[in-house]
Amino acid sequence: MSRLQEALEAGKFVVTGEIGPPKGIDTHEMTEEMEHLRGKVIAVNVTDIQSAVMRLGSLIVCEHLVREGIEPVFQLTCRDRNRLALQTELISAAWVGIENVLALTGDHQVLGDHKGAKGVFDLDSVSLLHTITSLMNGKDLAGNALQGAPKFFPGAVVAPGLEPVEPQLIKMERKIAAGARFFQTQAVYDPRQMEVFMKEAEKFKVPVLAGIVLLKNVGMAKFMNANVAGVFVPDNIMKEMADCPKKKLKAKSAEIGGRLVREMKHMCQGIHLMPLGWTDIVPDVLGHAGLA
Amino acid sequence: MLVTDKKPIEELLGALEGATKVFIVGCQGCPEGWETGGPQEVADLAAKLTKKGKEVVGTAMIDFLCNKALVGMRLTRHLDALKAADAVLVSSCGIGVQATAAMVDKPTHPALNTISSAGFQGLWPSSERCQQCGDCVLSYTAGICPVTTCAKSLLNGSCGGSHQKTCEVEANRPCGWYLIYERLKEQGRLDNLKKLPIFRDFKKMDVPLKQRSTIRWALEVQEE
Repeated sequence: MSRLQEALEAGKFVVTGEIGPPKGIDTHEMTEEMEHLRGKVIAVNVTDIQSAVMRLGSLIVCEHLVREGIEPVFQLTCRDRNRLALQTELISAAWVGIENVLALTGDHQVLGDHKGAKGVFDLDSVSLLHTITSLMNGKDLAGNALQGAPKFFPGAVVAPGLEPVEPQLIKMERKIAAGARFFQTQAVYDPRQMEVFMKEAEKFKVPVLAGIVLLKNVGMAKFMNANVAGVFVPDNIMKEMADCPKKKLKAKSAEIGGRLVREMKHMCQGIHLMPLGWTDIVPDVLGHAGLA
Repeated sequence: MLVTDKKPIEELLGALEGATKVFIVGCQGCPEGWETGGPQEVADLAAKLTKKGKEVVGTAMIDFLCNKALVGMRLTRHLDALKAADAVLVSSCGIGVQATAAMVDKPTHPALNTISSAGFQGLWPSSERCQQCGDCVLSYTAGICPVTTCAKSLLNGSCGGSHQKTCEVEANRPCGWYLIYERLKEQGRLDNLKKLPIFRDFKKMDVPLKQRSTIRWALEVQEE
C-alpha cells in the first residue's frame, strides 16, 4: 500500500507536491525540485505532457522517483494514447512500484504546442478509472486474464471553481463509482469557493486535497483568471502581488500559499501544492500554514 | 445513403422507461431506402411497442428528417398528439434525431444506430452533425450529440475545461456537455447522466457484414 493511501485511509491530513518534467533531457532543475520536496510532502505528482506541451514522460520520471526513494503520483491522461497504450503504461507503472495513479482526460491538444496533433480520447477520466479498477481485478478491458494483477491507489481531479458546478459533482460521482479513491482539485484561491464546494462533495466521503498553485507574480494571476477554466484569483490577492516588490515576491507567494492552506485545511483532507518550479519555497509555505 | 441499423427493442424499452405515451417519427429519406425507418418499419415499431404496453399516440412520416425547418413545419400538423406524448421516438439517422429533439419540447430517443458511411452527413442538415458512431446515445443526452458537440467527443460528461457554458478550445464555442446538461435539467432528466455508457466501441463504426451482404449495399456502395 502506498504511503499516500495509508495516510488518507488513517484519516491523516496530507500534503502532496508536484514536478513538471522538462522539454529535453537536461534534468538538473527537475532534480533540484525533487530534492526540495524530499521529506516535505508525502508524495510528488509528475505531470503527463502537461497542457499538451511535449516533454519528458511521466512514467519514466515516476520510476526515477521510486528509485530515488520519493513516492510518486503518476499522472496519466487520455489525450495521447488509446486503451492499448494506456493499459500498457499502467501495468508497466505497477511493475516498477508505482501505486498512486491520477486519472485525467487531458487538455485539448490545441491548448498546447503541437496544435495539429490528433487527439486520441479513446478513453476519458471516467473510463480510465474503470480500466484501472479492471486491471486491479486481474482483467484487461477485453476481459482477458492478467498474468499478475497490479495494485493501484487511483485518484482523480475535480474543479470547484467551474460554473455551473453541478455537472462537475455528477461527474465526480461517476469517477467514484469507477474507482477513484481520492481527489485533487484545480487551484483554489478563494476559501469560500472551497467551502461551498465541500458542502456538496462531503457526502461522497472520499478524501479531497485542495489544490494550490503558488503565484509567481500578478501577471500570472491575471493570465490564470483569463485563461484557466475555473481558476479565480480574488482582488485582494491580486493587490498583494501587485504591491509586492519584485525581490520579495517569493516570500509573498509563500505567505499567501501558507495562508490559503491555513484557511482551507479544516475543510478538506489534504493539500496538493503545485509550485510550478518554486519548490524551494514549499517549506516556507508549510511554515506559514503551521504544518512544518 | 446513410446506413442505419435498428436498435434492439429491449434498448428502446429501456430508453422509454417511465414513458407511456409515445409519438413516432419516421424518415422517408435514407432509412426508408435502407428499410429501417420507412412507413412499414414505423408501423411495425408501433405494433411492437403497443404489444409491450406503450400507447402510440401518433406517427409522422417526413421526407428528410435532417432538415430541421421541415421537421418543425411538418410536426405542427401533429401538435395535439405531440403534446399528449411523454416521449418521441425517431426512426432516422442521428441528424434526424437531433433535428427532432431541437424542435419538440419532449424527451427524444433514437430508434436506430447510425453506422459509418465515411462522413456523409445526411442530405440537408443545419447545425446537427452525426459521426456515425454506430451506437447512438442521443436517448441519454436529450437529443444533443456528445460525439460531435464535445471537442474531445467525451461520453462521460464535461471535462475540466468547461466553464461558463464554454469549451476550453475556443472562447465562442459552446461546451456540448453544457448544452446537454441544460436541456436534461429543463426536462427533469439529469439522472440520465448517471446511465451513460462508459466506453465507446469503435468497431461499431464499421458497417457489419450482414449489411454489406445485401443487394442494397451492392447497389449503393459498390462501383460498377
